[in-house]
Amino acid sequence: MPTAYRDNSGFTKHLGVALLLLSTALAGCGGPPWNDPNPSFEDDLLTYNSVMSPAPPKHLDPATSYASDESLFLFQIYEPPMGYHFLKRPYELEPLGVEDFPQVTYLDADGAEVAEDDPAVAYTRYTLTVREDERYQPHPAFAVDDAGQPLYLFDDAAEGSRFSQITDFPETGDRPVRANDYVYAIKRLADPLIGSPMLGFMAQHIVGMAELSEQLAEVERPEGWLDLDDFAMEGLEVVDERTFTITINGRYPQFVYWLAMHFFSPIAPEVDRFYHNPGFADRNLTLDWWPVGSGPYMMVKNDPNSEIILERNPNFREDYYPDEGEPGDAEKGLLDDAGKRLPFIDRAVFRLEKEVLPLWTKFLQGYYDRSGEVHGNTNGVFDQAFVVGPDGVEMSAELADHDITMSPDVKPAIYYYGFNMRDPVVGGYTEERRKLRQALQIAFNTEEYINIFYKGNGIAAQNPIPPGIPGHLEGEQGINPYVYDWVDGEPVRKSLDHARKLLAEAGYPNGRDARTGEPLKIFIDVQSQAISNTSMNWMDRIFGELGVQVEYRPADWNRTREKLLTGNTQIYSHGWLADYPDPENFLFLLYGPESPLICECDGANNSSYDNPEYDELFRQVRVLPPGPERDKLVARMVELFRRDAVWLFAYYPKDIYLNNSWVDNTKRHGIWKGTLKYLNIDAEQRARKQVEWNQPVTWPLYAGAALVIALLLPGVIAYRRRQNATARGPVE
Amino acid sequence: MFAYIVRRLLYAIPILIGVNLLTFTLFFVVNSPDDMAVSQLGEKYVTPEAIDAWKRKNGYDKPLFVNAEATGAGAFTDTIFFTKSLKLFAFDFGRSESGRDITTDVSTRMWPSLAVALPSFVIGIWVNICVALMVVMFRATALDRWAVFVFVALMSISYLFYIIGGQYLVAKSWMLVPISGYDPEFQPWKFLILPVLVSVISGIGSGARWYRTLFLEEAGQDYVRTARAKGASEISILFKHILPNALIPILTGVVVLIPTLFMGSLLIESFFGIPGLGSYMLDAIRSQDFAIVRSMVFIGSILYIIGLILTDISYTWADPRVRLS
Repeated sequence: MPTAYRDNSGFTKHLGVALLLLSTALAGCGGPPWNDPNPSFEDDLLTYNSVMSPAPPKHLDPATSYASDESLFLFQIYEPPMGYHFLKRPYELEPLGVEDFPQVTYLDADGAEVAEDDPAVAYTRYTLTVREDERYQPHPAFAVDDAGQPLYLFDDAAEGSRFSQITDFPETGDRPVRANDYVYAIKRLADPLIGSPMLGFMAQHIVGMAELSEQLAEVERPEGWLDLDDFAMEGLEVVDERTFTITINGRYPQFVYWLAMHFFSPIAPEVDRFYHNPGFADRNLTLDWWPVGSGPYMMVKNDPNSEIILERNPNFREDYYPDEGEPGDAEKGLLDDAGKRLPFIDRAVFRLEKEVLPLWTKFLQGYYDRSGEVHGNTNGVFDQAFVVGPDGVEMSAELADHDITMSPDVKPAIYYYGFNMRDPVVGGYTEERRKLRQALQIAFNTEEYINIFYKGNGIAAQNPIPPGIPGHLEGEQGINPYVYDWVDGEPVRKSLDHARKLLAEAGYPNGRDARTGEPLKIFIDVQSQAISNTSMNWMDRIFGELGVQVEYRPADWNRTREKLLTGNTQIYSHGWLADYPDPENFLFLLYGPESPLICECDGANNSSYDNPEYDELFRQVRVLPPGPERDKLVARMVELFRRDAVWLFAYYPKDIYLNNSWVDNTKRHGIWKGTLKYLNIDAEQRARKQVEWNQPVTWPLYAGAALVIALLLPGVIAYRRRQNATARGPVE
Repeated sequence: MFAYIVRRLLYAIPILIGVNLLTFTLFFVVNSPDDMAVSQLGEKYVTPEAIDAWKRKNGYDKPLFVNAEATGAGAFTDTIFFTKSLKLFAFDFGRSESGRDITTDVSTRMWPSLAVALPSFVIGIWVNICVALMVVMFRATALDRWAVFVFVALMSISYLFYIIGGQYLVAKSWMLVPISGYDPEFQPWKFLILPVLVSVISGIGSGARWYRTLFLEEAGQDYVRTARAKGASEISILFKHILPNALIPILTGVVVLIPTLFMGSLLIESFFGIPGLGSYMLDAIRSQDFAIVRSMVFIGSILYIIGLILTDISYTWADPRVRLS
């Protein structure tokens, strides 16, 4: 049969079958959602679905990690000596891995005990006692054979090559946390090979750390593990199995806050030795990737490419939900679980989400319980969730329909644009220069800036100390009187006319130099990724109202840092996230010797603010215990900061995290990340809502199939007509 | 042919050295080891001692190319270039700046990349060829003109639009598949449908238009007229005559890509949460992880060279007149 006369009726038959199959498949609609991205576990453990975004953690060794994304995991797994109360504000320290607050004794240069206020105080000693029921998670490093010898110590890489994950080891063991584990962990901070970011800072404080560090730098390292128990450190002592002491130079009351950071978490020497097995590092079996602690959770999966899974540590000590908080917590239901055993959640899955749209969509679909862990509403998509109403930030109607709740989080942080006080134009301490800076401060409408560029998620700063930290005052007594007036119960920015008057008094009437007639031009150094054309246009406009011109000098962080280190800036942008909730941790941003140009280091006083009175007050504040006397000195320092107008503007960033309605106890803690153990979930409600919210819309599949047919059919018809055509025309 | 392949492989050595040198120079023009240390150490308490310690720990405390303090061969071997870049030739990728073993990461992440790239590649080519052949069948008609218009329109749309649009419509609005993610143990196909669909659709415009051009050129040849005169059907003419004769330029563009499928796609993997090598590379660039960047560039170069050799070999299969010598 000639090809032109082939029967093509088979096509129609096949098309019918395909449509029938498609219809059958679609008939299943109404069942479980098709778009569920979470794996269904075979057990019935209460699972929390969360996210790590935008990148996985780089380091999970408590000695080397120094990022909030990493703290999220470390604080669930490790228990440093101290922690924070979950609910109380201002932030309150409480014992975590130890039985009680450290016992503090003061020593003179000879080591004899002296009174706290004795001028002869040369050292401070902290004595800590480990909790009796503090116990490590099950881990192969603790597994021993019948003779009590470690089960997994290998002589060469081939021996242990069959293990590539921690879960591959069939045997595990555990043991109580001992005082020596805390001491061992602090010695690790001193090891230059480990490269802890705390080494330089802590070596200034802990007695003997600098010497140990030098000794370890010189020591000939054996193949594999170096047992730090073989090295003494003067400021550390193991008193007995559960008691140890740390001795620091002089007085430094804030040291107790450092004990709440993961750098001081206990590390069992046998764990360190285990991870130094030959060949383990080649398979990423390291303490940096598989942390081992005594906290409420333990890591059971670490795939930084996709997900990290934590599960309840079966050896976690007895711990209970707090029965008191700050005023208003009870009304918000934050005390409903008071007295219940912690943790509530059995498993926490943190999936990697690099992009915002998928993260946001999965949260709205109910597949993530919360909108994030570390970074709140810091991007455009999240902004769609909020509207700025008369009462501030409100949720959009879509979110309100989902009964989503908000958890605002004002971190103990401050972002600011600072003046270089050594700059020949805007720097200096004369009255004219102060007025010039104050005029620019008034012109920079921080409230408008926050509303436009941060959707209202920030608080204009009146002083360098954020809310929640002693020294931060609210109300009339807390305003900066050089920039604001107190009118009808709220701060009102001074007028532009007042700013123009100050500018004229500073020698720049109408924004022009009274001597030369040249317009005043200011230069702002910014990090390229932290500024947009829109915000530059906005700043051009607001300074333009004073007749002041602006030039921007964007650069990446490394170049910006170089400029700061060399003082080669006029106005710069910077930020600071506190390590601990004490005013000292913010006031040091203006301490003279912290200027990079004075200390020739990476100092924090990038403005090079140099005020002898401020510096003297700071030295006193640093060693004074909290109390009215200290508060008075802090207030004076804040006054000096305001009078000298050191920063152009500042604001306290405010993140908003969203929670699906089935998640309870979601209060954010600005400093401490060890709050997963307090979270509670109503799994039944979640399952119900997921089905309700995710019924697939199937008509597009039919429409797609119809479209393909519509595209193909004319072609098929035309083809058949052409095939059937003769030289004289189509066959009838 | 064996001698030809050996010769091409030997040619690859100076190319790889050149690529390595270029990558190394470009990277260190932008970033000094001090910059890298600052990036890795964060923004707080970055003391000069901490920077020195980081450089020492990660082997960046040596001179870049020539070590004036070393004697003999050490002047060249005890340098950052030798220790970091030339070791790649022994496939010793070392560790990333965050301490992970790169070989382990690459061998783990290449499979998700392949899971997306392979079906996208195969289905994409098949669809593009079929569409192009169909358009050629109706050449010089209104359908042909409209098709070219649609192809150009499809080419003009940004790749990001396909991704975000696909996610918005298929996953967010219609809830037919998960919007992102990948789990090899849990119904991986449902995570792959959308990225593959987006890859295929976004490639139709350029692919089909290019193939149409190739096929049109063949469609006017005498052998096609002869086949038609002998009564061959249009389908037979397209697939048995035109397609094989247009294969050489198709193979030139396609075969070279096959080995690089392991490298994945930067955007697709990033947006769809596929833990492949494409997102691995992107993350490394973002975090200034030179160890990963140089390893990935090296692997990419090797795969590309292999692709070129395979292309040459494929010519002999597509056209018996071609002989490699």
